[in-house]
Amino acid sequence: MAGTAVPRGLTSRPLVWRVARLAAERWETPTARTLTFDVPNWPGHLPGQHVDVRLTAPDGYSTQRSYSLARPDRVELTVERLDDGEVSPYLVDILAVGDEIELRGPVGGWFVWRPTGRRPVLLLAGGSGIVPLMAMIRARREESSGTPFRLLYSVRSPADVYYKDELGHPEPGLDVTCLFTRETPEGWPRPPGRLTASDLSRRAGLADSDPDCFVCGPTGFVEAAANLLVAHGQDPQRIKTERFGPTGG
Amino acid sequence: MAIVSRGFHGRRQESGAQLPPGQYLVKDFPVLSAGPTPRIPTAEWEFTITTEMGQDHRWSWEEMLDLPHETPTVDIHCVTKWSKLGTNWQGVSLDTLLSEVDTTAGYALAYSYGGYSTNLPLQDLLDGQAWVVYRYEGGDIPPEHGGPARLLVPHLYFWKSAKWLRGIRLLERNEPGFWETAGYHDYGDPWREQRYQGD
Repeated sequence: MAGTAVPRGLTSRPLVWRVARLAAERWETPTARTLTFDVPNWPGHLPGQHVDVRLTAPDGYSTQRSYSLARPDRVELTVERLDDGEVSPYLVDILAVGDEIELRGPVGGWFVWRPTGRRPVLLLAGGSGIVPLMAMIRARREESSGTPFRLLYSVRSPADVYYKDELGHPEPGLDVTCLFTRETPEGWPRPPGRLTASDLSRRAGLADSDPDCFVCGPTGFVEAAANLLVAHGQDPQRIKTERFGPTGG
Repeated sequence: MAIVSRGFHGRRQESGAQLPPGQYLVKDFPVLSAGPTPRIPTAEWEFTITTEMGQDHRWSWEEMLDLPHETPTVDIHCVTKWSKLGTNWQGVSLDTLLSEVDTTAGYALAYSYGGYSTNLPLQDLLDGQAWVVYRYEGGDIPPEHGGPARLLVPHLYFWKSAKWLRGIRLLERNEPGFWETAGYHDYGDPWREQRYQGD
């Protein structure tokens, strides 16, 4: 990471708790749901930033978790249900349109892509780590940015792919590769397995583009992917990471 | 006044452990870092305290290991909301390291291999509140958790406990570090829930 030139992500304005009303929802996979909220006076956010969500029980007990924002123009989250989680099962299975929760943000001024950026971008997603990277892809589209993007999306099986239709729709300058780790579609050329150095050599375009890299996923994926990038000769200063712990739920 | 989320009941701490507001208990040890994990061979590792007058005090890995050590058992609280109780470390108290250092500075900026930095008032590093630790739960500190050596300041959010510690600059004026510049709180007291600027 760079020791200098840290972007200012937030103003000194306090991050107040806001009431967020669920306006729309849709299932991405059998275990993940996208939630779109109406949040009055939301100050806006950059792709890659996240929010803190607070749930409060009738007796006053409350708990908080962080979730990445999935798109640049709305307060939208995609939440994966963790079976032993406290918050994610509620958000995925119980919260209904019209219900209210509290959230505050946007948080995080480091793991962000600014649509004014001109450097090519490499996105490495592991599982639900696709969420903040999808916000970057959508911001690129929204701004009609010509910046070349490549996404390598490591995911268990075709059934676990988020945003399937959107990512399957060809887009000039956006190169999408799914790397299935357990199960592939029939006749898929690459055998199932984790991200390898050879995937990077073949699909990441590192040789000809020297991209800004954003890596997001569970810790094991992020450690492995960032190490592969460094071993490949990428400048560590240009690799930004965000880890989703298994305890995020 | 918090609004009640319809149908949410939550899971109370079974242990009855007292946690700072907004934190939840974990048993594993999640990782938070902003970039790739640096690898620093101990043969090349060096720790430097630089005073406000520009005077350097340096310790090699061997010299650090030769200093009297302590074995703090502490609770740690990450700003991403997890807390982990009763973690066991071994290292050298900042009181020991600073005992030979002549300073009237009020502030400190800890900095790391890989470019990370974080700021603290100097008094938060003194009086048995902070250590340079090089062992965790009886073994080397894994690189993703900040090895070979990291700062340990458990009474503040864990981002203040800089991983891959390289040195501490003593300053007359406060100088925000990496996350503090990116919107996080300057001081970071978990019991007052000082996560972000303005909290």
